[in-house]
Amino acid sequence: MADPTENRSLTPKERLAIGRVAMPQQDPAARVTNFSEVNLGLEESAAVMEARRCLMCKNRPCVAGCPVGVRIPEFLEQVAQGNFATAAEILYGDNALPAIAGRVCPQERQCEEVCVRGKKGQSVAIGWLERFIADWSAAHGFTAAAAKPAATGYRVAVVGSGPGGLTAAGELAKRGHDVTIFEALHDSGGVLRYGIPEFRLPKRIVDAEVAGLVSLGVKIEFNVVVGKTITVPDMLKDFDACFIANGAGLPVFLNVPGENLKGVYSANEYLTRVNLMGAWKGSQSSTPIARGATAVVFGGGNTAMDSVRTARRLGSQRAVLAYRRGRAEMPARAEEVAHAEEEGIEFMFLVAPVEILGDAQGWVRAVKLQRMELGEPDASGRRRPVVVPGSDFELPAELVIVAVGTKANPLLTRTCPQLALNPWGNIIADENHMTSIPGVFAGGDIVRGGATVILAMGDGKEAAGRIDQYLRQNKTPRR
Amino acid sequence: MFKILSEQEIAPAVHRLVVAAPRIAAARQPGQFVIVRAAEGAERIPLTIADADSAAGTITLIVQAVGDGTRRIIEQARAGSLRDVAGPLGRPTEIERFGNVACVGGGVGTAVLFPLAKALAAAGNAVTAIIGGRSKGLVILHQEMAEFCRQVLVTTEDGSMGIKGFVTAALAELLAAPADSAQRPAAVYAVGPVPMMRAVAEQTRPAGIRTIVSLNPIMVDGTGMCGGCRVTVGGQIRFACVDGPEFDGHAVDYAELSSRQNAYLDPRCKLDEQLAASQKKGSRA
Ligand SMILES: Cc1cc2nc3c(=O)[nH]c(=O)nc-3n(C[C@H](O)[C@H](O)[C@H](O)COP(=O)(O)OP(=O)(O)OC[C@H]3O[C@@H](n4cnc5c(N)ncnc54)[C@H](O)[C@@H]3O)c2cc1C
Ligand code: FES
Repeated sequence: MADPTENRSLTPKERLAIGRVAMPQQDPAARVTNFSEVNLGLEESAAVMEARRCLMCKNRPCVAGCPVGVRIPEFLEQVAQGNFATAAEILYGDNALPAIAGRVCPQERQCEEVCVRGKKGQSVAIGWLERFIADWSAAHGFTAAAAKPAATGYRVAVVGSGPGGLTAAGELAKRGHDVTIFEALHDSGGVLRYGIPEFRLPKRIVDAEVAGLVSLGVKIEFNVVVGKTITVPDMLKDFDACFIANGAGLPVFLNVPGENLKGVYSANEYLTRVNLMGAWKGSQSSTPIARGATAVVFGGGNTAMDSVRTARRLGSQRAVLAYRRGRAEMPARAEEVAHAEEEGIEFMFLVAPVEILGDAQGWVRAVKLQRMELGEPDASGRRRPVVVPGSDFELPAELVIVAVGTKANPLLTRTCPQLALNPWGNIIADENHMTSIPGVFAGGDIVRGGATVILAMGDGKEAAGRIDQYLRQNKTPRR
Repeated sequence: MFKILSEQEIAPAVHRLVVAAPRIAAARQPGQFVIVRAAEGAERIPLTIADADSAAGTITLIVQAVGDGTRRIIEQARAGSLRDVAGPLGRPTEIERFGNVACVGGGVGTAVLFPLAKALAAAGNAVTAIIGGRSKGLVILHQEMAEFCRQVLVTTEDGSMGIKGFVTAALAELLAAPADSAQRPAAVYAVGPVPMMRAVAEQTRPAGIRTIVSLNPIMVDGTGMCGGCRVTVGGQIRFACVDGPEFDGHAVDYAELSSRQNAYLDPRCKLDEQLAASQKKGSRA
């Protein structure tokens, strides 16, 4: 393996001379015919070289840029020396789910955005190295799990098994609390399982993380829809505290004529059929999915990108992403945009749907679009798109997927009126992640609106610490 | 795993299952449903909770084994358990005291109707049930209904039981009764195939009789997450799984509902090669 002294003796100039590695990936022509992961992961030697690009600067802007404050220079230094196990210890100490974060975090807007090397040239590939260490750990049987701590006698309920719920459950279990996750669906992972496709986040990774939690003693009860099967007030009778991370899973539609034609899906439905229900496995799955020679997807975020790339893989020769703003405004991860382009996805910017047109059997046959131009900045600071009059045109489509956002699902909150909500129905949580009900904490998308995996994980981790304090200060253990 | 306590074929291909599901049994109200996934890899199928016993911790489901998904449920139930049962989902029926109520059920829709009729009767309504089936063997639950209904009228298309014809004919007679008579309903609940519900709604529309239908679009999660169950009611998009399944029968877009229900019968959605081939030839079911 690499000579450790070699890394220490590198001068900044020598470090600067190393160019950013390329991520080995599946050939685009091949990958549009399968659902295997696009990025294949770095070789050990490439990872070591990449880590050596880090200048070990004093300010460490990358740490501040990471929503969970991973000690990036420390773990990179270990990678640069070939000490992967030590790197793993540091990494897992700060982020329980690096195999996931390394794959789905928008690094170009977090750690890598502020990396000093990015100011002139390319930032260190922190996300790829995070993934490298996580995959190395899995392959070498490295587990960060400490010995099971003594039981505290406190019981905590977690609602939802997305990244927020899973992280909170893990942190609580590590502190010795008796944790039960209640999940509405028949499987775990939330968006990690039903939303993000196999080619971006293989489900074996989610399975491994969940298995780790179960081995820590976390119980998962599926098919429990909190608000329907049981309510939050019910849970508080059996549990000493509760963490709500039920996501923001209510799809927003376009509100244009023709939206209920056959062949028009919300991204949630399309991706759930394909991912959770396994329609990507073709005839091995009992779940059907509509296919079409041309697919049009509305939206510009990760959900839109996942939908359009999935449609491409399910046989759409022409797969179009129609977005009402410009390329620079797209919220999707940069890497996904690049991968989509390589896969022949067509981007149409500054267009908005006017109507969806159907055939005599009630199937979509085309979308009518109008052109937009960018006007004054709106509340989000992005320039607001305005209609170009008389610019309507038709685009033939047999499959239309709407990926223009989600809202808070009122199913849980409706049965818990004491829970304070903001005007959009999101749960209000204070700086301790506690809601208006003592002992009831919340985090992730249900608090933030549609956000990111890492922010949900960060909430879960922090809330677990606050729940631990709350229990010790306010509750007597059940023995 | 949800244990099956009993399984019984009550009409050809129509099965009654008693399932151990204590939390659902305790929370459930009439009009609600569950989503069942028979086994790993099986579809998620919505089924009305026909009855429940909270003391025993059981719910009763009535399943017509018509497609692969429902046949799989029966197969698994016979083997002793179902993998996933989630619920109770949907809004409970709003039970009011109307006076005379007609409850119209077609085919296996009668199973959906049963808990509503029972709850309406328990609330002090005089319930007339009209139950239709193609022939005698396909008429279900008429005896159970008779326990709490003022009268049960059975119609069969071939005349092998009760009145020969459709449920609409029997309903027409009730509607023709004088406004203050004990026959004439103040409200009508209809559950069955879409054409039947639509026909009933058309019958009651002229007199403006309150008509409630229970819709069964294709569902996935049943919690409002996918929007696959969307229906148009009064010009608005509603999600049947969370806003329904019961809606004002006079406001539902039935043509759209029928069309959407048929989506997956279309070859463009079937994944096996045979059908993909027929799709290439441009044929459509
Ligand atoms: C297709 C797609 C792609 C995305 N890609 C990225 C990406 O690349 N990078 C990134 O950072 N972010 C991405 N996001 C956003 C990210 O997935 C979310 O911000 C994140 O998953 C939120 O986590 P969460 O734990 O709050 O909720 P979720 O992941 O939504 O999990 C909530 C869980 O709670 C369950 N639940 C809901 N209601 C109830 C109830 N009443 N009772 C019990 N259980 C309930 C749900 O079934 C679900 O399992 C993507 C989102 C989508 C939809
Ligand atoms: S079934 Fe998915 S929203 Fe109703």
